[in-house]
This record gives sequence, structure tokens and C-alpha cells, in this order.
Amino acid sequence: MATTATADSAPAVALEGVGRAYGERVALRDITFTLPGGATVAVFGANGAGKTTLLRILAGLLRPHAGRANVLGAVLPREAYRTRGRVGLLGHEPMLYRDLTVRENLRFHARLHGVDRERADELVEQVGLAARADDTVRTLSRGMTQRAAICRAVLHAPELLLLDEPLANLDPGGAAAVAPLIGAGTGPARVLISHDAEQGLAEADWVLGLRAGRQAIWGRAADVQLGEVRGLYA
Amino acid sequence: MRTTVAALIRKDLQLELRAFESVPAMLMFSVSTFVLFHFGLDRGSLAGDLAAGVLWVTLLLSAVLGMNRLFLAEREQGGFDGFLLAPVDRTALFVAKAIVLFCFLAAVELVAVPAFVVLLLEPGPGQALPELLAVLLLADAGIAVVGTLVGALGVQTRARDLIVPLMALPLLVPVVIAAAEASAPLFEAGGAEPFPGRWLLVLALYDAVFALLAYAVFDFLLEE
Repeated sequence: MATTATADSAPAVALEGVGRAYGERVALRDITFTLPGGATVAVFGANGAGKTTLLRILAGLLRPHAGRANVLGAVLPREAYRTRGRVGLLGHEPMLYRDLTVRENLRFHARLHGVDRERADELVEQVGLAARADDTVRTLSRGMTQRAAICRAVLHAPELLLLDEPLANLDPGGAAAVAPLIGAGTGPARVLISHDAEQGLAEADWVLGLRAGRQAIWGRAADVQLGEVRGLYA
Repeated sequence: MRTTVAALIRKDLQLELRAFESVPAMLMFSVSTFVLFHFGLDRGSLAGDLAAGVLWVTLLLSAVLGMNRLFLAEREQGGFDGFLLAPVDRTALFVAKAIVLFCFLAAVELVAVPAFVVLLLEPGPGQALPELLAVLLLADAGIAVVGTLVGALGVQTRARDLIVPLMALPLLVPVVIAAAEASAPLFEAGGAEPFPGRWLLVLALYDAVFALLAYAVFDFLLEE
């Protein structure tokens, strides 16, 4: 099943036979694909299929135990340092300190990434959080926390965005507000985990389907049938 | 690296000032222990070796509370991931956390040491304050360095509350010995005895060795 797509430009991600285990349990096995720069791959799979593990490997936060992983031209894990500051990760956790305000959190991350603090303030305005920017994250609703987390993920204008259900908890207004930051055609290559097959297919150039850690689907989004994706959850 | 360290320190101090999770717990522990010694030893006051031992063991055990919580926000609120994704020197996290733990210890001692003097010490060691400050400074630096290293190790485990004291206390035995030996003459009844400066050198050497060791290995502790 492992098919490698031909890259249209310098690949943002190139995996070859990548695997990862947690002790005895194999979470990911023999994943092979190439994602061209600026393109979007939608990753589908039931709970426990290995989607989050894949995202963390691409972020350089987990070592692959098998195969070869190349992200933004850097061989992982040996050259993971080269991807730092070039990848934006939006995972299950917002990666925000609950007892700091939204503004304090974003300014903290701005300092780590060497980004002007004004950029943090602009993003807060852009996602409609200005009125709550000086409230601690602990007091925000899930949707508002998600908006703040999206600001954090794109603060440093990453070349590769790793998005784990980015629209979870967002109302239509929130989804519209964050679309210019993480939506299709915003610039960076995107690895997008989604459980919404229709939405995912509509947004993606490529589709990766995972079943029990194995690559069950890989192909251009236009060539993948909705039923195939839905079959991953059966 | 200086900007990163400053950002991390500022963030940690903001979190502590807002949540009051570490310093109040360390302070309450220290003062409560002094009160317990005051009644438990059934003496009007302590002096010399015994006084120094009570002070340093109490301060060390209260420091363990701070070590346990030092990396908790990073672990539970995604701070490690956020930091690891940034294009910064990972050692900055060690330096910042050690400085933060040092500040926490200093803040605790601002109240705990006077409480110790009032509750347990014979009157009269006031003239030895500069020497005592020097001992506190060097001992705190050692505790902060080792505490940061052990805190980073412990937070990765499920048995953090057990692992941190089990690793930190044996490693910090030299600090307790040197600090107690250095401060015992300052607590002698009837005025300060000659100050054994060599114990300050031992503390300084310990600080330097563990600072270098921690600097060398901290990067690896952040690896999964």
C-alpha cells in the first residue's frame, strides 16, 4: 500500500518505512509518503490509529524507531534542531500555561521564537480574542482556548503546520476567524488530522489513511473516495 | 540564550505569583518543622551542631517540595513541547529553572531563617549574619543546580513525588554536611566561633562540579 507520490516541489515531508513503538505496542508501522512543499495532507484514522504519533514524529518530539524521516530537508532525529522554529504544532493540548493570560502566553512564545510582541497582539485581534486577551487561559472556554492555541502555533510563521483537529471546539465564527491563519492556501505545508471525511477531503491535496498504525490509504485527494475514508472508521 | 533565560524566568515567576504553588508550601513546611522541633526537642534553645543540623535538614526537605513542582507546568501544560519546538538552546531551560529554584529558596529563607532564630536559636548570632548569608548563598546554589537536574528527571516519571527525594537527598548530603559544618560555629552559644572558611570552598566546589555536570547532561534529559 505504501506508495510514494512524486513531489511537485521540494518536499516538506518525506517518510520512508517509518515506524514507532511504545514498548511492545507498535503505534506506527511502515509509513511512506512524500508531501510537497505548500501542499496539504489530510490524515484519517480511528482513535489509536497512530495519527498523533505521526504528528509528534514530524514535529521532532518523538523519535521514529524505524525507517527514514525527512522534514523540511532535515533528517530526523539527527537534524531535528534544523526544524525548530520552522514547524507549528497544534495538538490535543493547547500548550498554553493556564495561569498566564492569553497575551502573556503568546508574548512568551514570541520571545522564544524571536518574534516581535506586536505579532502576538495582531493575532489576538485577528482571531477575535482581543476582549479576553488579558484573562488567564484557565478562565477561557474551550473554543477560545483553541483560538489562542492556533495563535501560538502560527506565531512564528512556520513552514510546516501540524494540525490535530484544528477546528475542534470552534463555532462557525471562530472557524472563519482562524481560516486565514491555518486554512488551505495560507502558505505552509499542512498535515491535517481530521475526523470529518468530507471537510478533510475538500481541504487536502493528498490523503493518508491509517488503520491500526498501518498505511491503509495514500493518494491524491481527488482520487480517494469518501467511502474509502469512511471505511477506516468502520 | 540570555533572552530565552529571561523569558523563562519571567514566565515562571509570573506563574508562581499568580498560583502561589511552590513558595508558600515550602515556607509553611519550614516554619511548621521549626515549630515541631521547638516543642519536640523540649529545649529552650539550640546551639552549635544541633542548631545547624536542624536548619539545614529542614531547608533541604522544604527545597524538595520546590523541586517536585519545578517542571510540573511544563509537563502538564505542554510547556516542554512548546519549548522544544522553539529555536533556542535547550540549556536555557536548565539555567532558568535553576535560577528560579534559587529565587524560591531565597524567598523562603527570608522568612524561615528569622523564624528559626526566634523559635530555636540562642540569642546572639546577629554579628555572624554576613557569614551565614555566604553559606546560604552557596548552599542554595548547590540545591538549585541539583534540584533542577533531579526535578527534570523526576517529572518524566509517574512516581515523581518519590523519585525526586530519593535522588536529590543522597546527592545533596555533601551540601548539608558542608553547610552545617560552616554554620555550626555561627550558632555557638556565647557568640560566634571562628568561621571555618574551608567549608565555603567545599560548597563552591560542589556547586561548580554539579553545574558543569548538569550543563552537560541536561539536553539528554529533554529527549523522549
